[in-house]
Amino acid sequence: MKERVVIVNLGTGNLRSVYRAFEFAEGKGDVTISADPEIIRNADKLVLPGQGAIGTWMGQLQRDTRLKGAVLERLNHGPVLGICLGLQALLDQSEENGGQQGLGLIPGKVRHFGSAHQSAGLGEHGLKIPHMGWNKVRQKVDHPLWHDIQDDERFYFVHSYYAEAADQSTVVGESTFGNTFTCAVARNNLFATQFHPEKSQQAGLQLIKNFIHWNGVQ
Amino acid sequence: MGLAKRIIPCLDVDEGRVVKGVQFVDIRDAGDPVEVARRYDRQGADEITFLDITASSDRRDTIAYVVEKVASEVFIPLTVGGGIRQLEDIYRLLNVGADKVSINTTAVNNPDFIDQASGHFGNQCIVVAIDAKQIDDSPRWEIYTHGGRNPTGLDAIEWAKQMVDRGAGELLVTSMDRDGTKGGFDLELMQRITSAVSVPVIASGGVGDLDHLADGVLKGGADAVLAASIFHFGEYTIEQAKQHMASKQIEMRL
Repeated sequence: MKERVVIVNLGTGNLRSVYRAFEFAEGKGDVTISADPEIIRNADKLVLPGQGAIGTWMGQLQRDTRLKGAVLERLNHGPVLGICLGLQALLDQSEENGGQQGLGLIPGKVRHFGSAHQSAGLGEHGLKIPHMGWNKVRQKVDHPLWHDIQDDERFYFVHSYYAEAADQSTVVGESTFGNTFTCAVARNNLFATQFHPEKSQQAGLQLIKNFIHWNGVQ
Repeated sequence: MGLAKRIIPCLDVDEGRVVKGVQFVDIRDAGDPVEVARRYDRQGADEITFLDITASSDRRDTIAYVVEKVASEVFIPLTVGGGIRQLEDIYRLLNVGADKVSINTTAVNNPDFIDQASGHFGNQCIVVAIDAKQIDDSPRWEIYTHGGRNPTGLDAIEWAKQMVDRGAGELLVTSMDRDGTKGGFDLELMQRITSAVSVPVIASGGVGDLDHLADGVLKGGADAVLAASIFHFGEYTIEQAKQHMASKQIEMRL
């Protein structure tokens, strides 16, 4: 039986790309983009994507209490893949948009590269922000979602804010851009990436396949 | 430091066909855009840019169809430029599978549009394309629009800074003097712009051999290099270009 993959629609970012990559990875699968609480509750696999400003993204979630309830409930059990803002939103808070509360499922905060580079004295050396392009991902632990993906494989990134996880046990992937930062987190049934698997060619499609076959146990 | 420099093949699309002109005229046919994009993806392109140069009014349907086809089987970032005038045009292109849009003439006519577009969609998907031409032999460059036909009186360096302040997440800088000549990038222009702004810059215009690509990064300071004809007509593959750049100690995705 096909897994029911549901991509949560919070109205930001390029959801079609995520949708197409899942369809391609799964063959002719059962992939839906939805903001319907019932469909989200019943998803076998839930995908939480997002691009753009986290304030807009969280605002969409806060505005619709039924949707928020369904997403929070679903985040507690069953495989979840967060992408980009879908990773950042799992943390406690973000510096973006003048300070933004997150969902608090992964301890830590989200910081801007500019402030980190400045305090490290890197600002003047011209690291260009957004961090845009293909960077290496170091796998910190074995995880079913890294199956058949080489350590230090390159994935596509595009972001100006990054996660700073407070609990090292949640860090499953790291990259370096001026400073070393957390680019993948996992905890129980949650796995989230700062990079975009849907735009990372073979390696990205492999990660998506791994997610489709994942039972949600680390 | 980890982040690889990018090679971006550019497809100029006219009424659904890939074409390439020399200094914006003398168009040669280079094939079906979906086929060409597929080939570049297999060769390891880091991104693909489509520039819609169709003059007719049905342009949006044609390019949207091309992007949609490509996006359903090619899973790398896609940028689309040409004829973007309103937020709805951006929404429509992102919705068929573009990741970024490249804006040129509309930015000049209405700079506020860049604030609106980045505010709405995030600066990560707003590329401002700058077509610049050197003023005599002075170290000054002027911005042109409409595919290089209309001078604007704007200074390229100042314009680049302004566009970044307004929310451009990346700049695509084309030297009008070099485009199509195969004489190499205008490295002085690239260097001045890359050192003046805080966002990634793509160098474009004039690539004739693989050393030119490497120079764009090593001497021009570019984060990505864009080329068309050296790839379209089979002179070099993307893979060869990447290997060559890597041999010059440039970090590449191989």
